[in-house]
Amino acid sequence: MTAATQAPGAPGSPVVISTRVDKVGTRPKVIGAIRAVIAIIIAFIMLIPVIWMAMTAFKSRPEAVSAPPVVFFTPTLEGFASLLTQRRQATTAEIAAELERTDLNWMEQIALSRGQLVIGQSAFLRQLLNSVVITGLSTFFSVTFAVLSAYAFSRFSIPGKDDLLFFILSQRMLPAVVVTIPIFLMYRTLGLHDTHVGMILLYTAFNLSFAVWLLKGFIDEIPREYEEAALVDGYTRLQAFRKIVLPQAATGIAATTVFSAIFSWNEYAFALMLTSDLARTAPPSIPLVLGVGGIEWAAIAAGSLAFLIPAVILTFVLRKHLLRGVTFGAIRKG
Amino acid sequence: MSQATTGAAAPQVTPYRAAGRRHLSDRQILLLFILPTMILLICMNLIPLIYSLFLSFTEYSVISGTPPAWVGLDNYTQILTSADFWANFATTGRFAILSVVLETAVGFGLALLLRYKFRGSGIITTLILVPMMLSPIVVATFWKLIFNPSYGIFNYLIGFTNPNTAPEWLGRSDLAMWAIVIVDTWMWSPFVMLLCLAGLSAIPDYLYEAASIDRASAWFQFRRITLPQVMPLLLIAVLFRTIEAFKQFDLVMGLTGGGLGTETVSVRLYRLAFQGQFDTGMSSALAYIILVVIIAISNLLIRALNRVREG
Repeated sequence: MTAATQAPGAPGSPVVISTRVDKVGTRPKVIGAIRAVIAIIIAFIMLIPVIWMAMTAFKSRPEAVSAPPVVFFTPTLEGFASLLTQRRQATTAEIAAELERTDLNWMEQIALSRGQLVIGQSAFLRQLLNSVVITGLSTFFSVTFAVLSAYAFSRFSIPGKDDLLFFILSQRMLPAVVVTIPIFLMYRTLGLHDTHVGMILLYTAFNLSFAVWLLKGFIDEIPREYEEAALVDGYTRLQAFRKIVLPQAATGIAATTVFSAIFSWNEYAFALMLTSDLARTAPPSIPLVLGVGGIEWAAIAAGSLAFLIPAVILTFVLRKHLLRGVTFGAIRKG
Repeated sequence: MSQATTGAAAPQVTPYRAAGRRHLSDRQILLLFILPTMILLICMNLIPLIYSLFLSFTEYSVISGTPPAWVGLDNYTQILTSADFWANFATTGRFAILSVVLETAVGFGLALLLRYKFRGSGIITTLILVPMMLSPIVVATFWKLIFNPSYGIFNYLIGFTNPNTAPEWLGRSDLAMWAIVIVDTWMWSPFVMLLCLAGLSAIPDYLYEAASIDRASAWFQFRRITLPQVMPLLLIAVLFRTIEAFKQFDLVMGLTGGGLGTETVSVRLYRLAFQGQFDTGMSSALAYIILVVIIAISNLLIRALNRVREG
């Protein structure tokens, strides 16, 4: 390892570097190349399931379930059409009438080519919209509350601070099913079962504990001298917080927002138990996407793909902060 | 440390801020900033949990019209003396051990592979990390397709090209657990890798330099330098994964629905509370037993986290 960094960079210094190190010089390069190749192969193998799912999303119905599995195929949007619409079998007369029309959209055309009629939107679009609304608002609230309390925990002396922080984090460790039993009863009494408000409240609380810890780490890193100087200059504490701490914590706030959003977006257990129809989000629905007459894998894969793309993009956006995020802000470097 | 600095700074700034317009005192700001969080957590977590502690001592079902009837410790004794429930704990334990061991081995291996930078290593690392950011239920759904005995690719990739003799991963009680372990390992080895990479990058180069001057073998260097230095972070990774494995719900629901000997305690709890009889009293008691186990492991984890944070 040391040889790898020193040997190539020290061409004119044979006196200080022993012959032994020189001999090792080319070997680490080869080893490094082998490592890189193995790493690329492993990354590819790891991604096969995701790639396979993305491919299935563009297969036709028979191709999706052909044995042996097909790798090369002509992409089609059938899966997406099935995902987004509700259809029924058309009669011969209806097919003839449909063929007359020239204003069919792509989904109707695909349905027609399979002898089906589009009779409306599928529930999936609404569920995806529910996911967006619930994720968006719960993330906004949890990050807002978390910034405030993270600042307080970072800067003020609070009696029993460690216990409070422990209490906050412990809320995150609870299994969803354990929390859901009493919440279910509470929501039923309050009329919050299967409502957006109920889900937003729950996800806000669920993300809050994590967000407080993560943000406290970021705010701890901002030198308090900045604020103290501002306070001396006549800023109030609130002004100092708004004009000095918040801008300095922007990266941390952005990372926390993205993490909270991913958690809410991916959450399954609460949504399964506390929603049934109106406020149902996408995760509990995707395994249940059904075509006309049985499981339609292309449609399920299309739904999964649409649902996973945001998480994949955000993973890349977050890559520098992933370590910090998954350890609640405890480990910073990586 | 941080408390001391605030304490020292506060008296200095007070006179300056006292001049002029109205403002909130630090104490008021403190309350204003912390209260929303505390109120929400108390209402959404603490009060519900206290309520379910009460319910765990009663016989009650949400779908019956009768109010909770106090039965003392009956629910707890019934659970702890029933072989049925112990089987769920054993399943969960088996799952936790298998998946955590595999994830640690694979994750640590990946970290050793990716520890030295090469062109594009950042992208490769991030690509490997993608699985852990995906929704577990969606992951389970598409792995169900991949495991399918006739048209899934898993069997083809591992060499079973004849669908008639290929193993049916999600249809046999001896394989279903392994199927879940495989998917969990696929999702979470990258997590262990991420933590190990952080540990590896923190090892000072001079330790290895000194060791190679002494002509220490690669194995010796690994055992005496790499392993001890990575240990704290590896421990955190293992604890994190143990807690998560103990809570495992999404993957089991998605892959087997809890059948074929894969019913973990979380899935059992879900069925007890929300299916069939809706046995709320009994399920609250089971929930509390799970809670005690989770809190015990979490305690270890948070202590380990704090040690790393300070160090």
